[in-house]
Amino acid sequence: MIDTLSNALELAGFSLKGFGPLLLNGAWMTVKLSVASLLLSVLLGLAGASAKLSGKHWLRMPAQLYTTLIRGVPDLVLMLLIFYSLQTWLTMITIALGWDYIEINPFAAGILTLGFIYGAYFTETFRGAMLAVPRGQLEAATAYGLSRAQRFRLVVFPQMMRFALPGLGNNWMVILKATALVSIIGLADLVKAAQDAGKSTYQLFFFLVLAALAYLVITSASNVALRHLERRYATGCREAVR
Amino acid sequence: MIELLKMYGEPFFYSDGQQITGLAMTLWLLSASLFVGFIVSIPLSIARVSSRCLVRWPVQFYTYLFRGTPLYIQLLICYTGIYSLAAVRAQPLLDAFFRDAMNCTILAFALNTCAYTTEIFAGAIRSMAHGEVEAAKAYGLSGWKLYAFVIMPSALRRSLPYYSNEVILMLHSTTVAFTATVPDILKVARDANSATFLTFQSFGIAALIYLAVTFALVGLFRLAERRWLAFLGPAH
Repeated sequence: MIDTLSNALELAGFSLKGFGPLLLNGAWMTVKLSVASLLLSVLLGLAGASAKLSGKHWLRMPAQLYTTLIRGVPDLVLMLLIFYSLQTWLTMITIALGWDYIEINPFAAGILTLGFIYGAYFTETFRGAMLAVPRGQLEAATAYGLSRAQRFRLVVFPQMMRFALPGLGNNWMVILKATALVSIIGLADLVKAAQDAGKSTYQLFFFLVLAALAYLVITSASNVALRHLERRYATGCREAVR
Repeated sequence: MIELLKMYGEPFFYSDGQQITGLAMTLWLLSASLFVGFIVSIPLSIARVSSRCLVRWPVQFYTYLFRGTPLYIQLLICYTGIYSLAAVRAQPLLDAFFRDAMNCTILAFALNTCAYTTEIFAGAIRSMAHGEVEAAKAYGLSGWKLYAFVIMPSALRRSLPYYSNEVILMLHSTTVAFTATVPDILKVARDANSATFLTFQSFGIAALIYLAVTFALVGLFRLAERRWLAFLGPAH
């Protein structure tokens, strides 16, 4: 698919000097990485928000610590800290257990790192959204005899999503733009591909602008998708303005 | 960690003996880019809410471009991309400007934060209470006076919570400066890491410094909000 795409780009008059496949592979890596990190951070966010809203002290405290610490430190610092330490920690564990050396796949480590960082941001988004669901809804669900899982899946989640979507969209954009930083920790993403192509053709400016445009295309497409989702989750709600 | 701090304490906070590094550099980057961004974003935000398309669209296009692409790419374009163009190197003035990493970094950061700040201020101007503007007009204010004495003071105050978010995000964004060889906190941490291999400690110290600055900024903005947003609080 990547070959056909790059051929199509060449035919359309874009002279990529043979770097089309490299760039498209990089773009694909960026998309894969952001989507996987998004999924992981949404799961962490849901868990974190539930922990923060739970009545149990020993659940609330770690979640509070997690969101405060992670959101107070720049993502790039955390990325370097976690990404490089993961391998050291794993080696320490494998030595202690007497196993063979395991090398972490950089792609998986990137997802884990990004997912862990943005999970903290999603925790706050979902916490706010869960609080915005009227209490009566929960009580009604309990009165109907729904179990805890059913209550979440059928009542809280669909209503919460309406309040969470703007924040979710924002976080998605931040994750997408943060993946540009993974080239610093050595992953072959879009930025890395553009830099490589630019350096070998002495046309750094052209390729970097091209990469920026690719990001612009992805962010614009996600904006359209988000607006669609917002309309979908707003069914049954009248908006005062508009 | 203590030994690492003894060895790298000075570079982490203010200087490595030759130039400003670490915390002092990060704060300088932050304040310089925020200052430029703030000054430029005020006229741009007024243009952004203009009823004339020809005034509004260029600003809208600018914020769309800079908010839709990662800051890292913007920095790379400013620092390596522009300087790789022969036309830029042929111009003595441009050549001198873009050869310096510091200039490129502050330019990229200022352009980036200006785009976000413009949208924040534009949103605040749009949400002005109608009555406030009408009252000002009834008192005979118009044109730039209306903006200088009524609209902007009110809009800037109400955007304070959002602006504080942007300042924190900008502090976190200054970390990419090390890719342009600017010696900020993270650059010192990386140097310490490659010299000692104490990965967790090196980046841990950097993380703690950033955390402290974040908390200090949050505290400052809370004070500022108490001072300038008192009128929005509950009546007593």
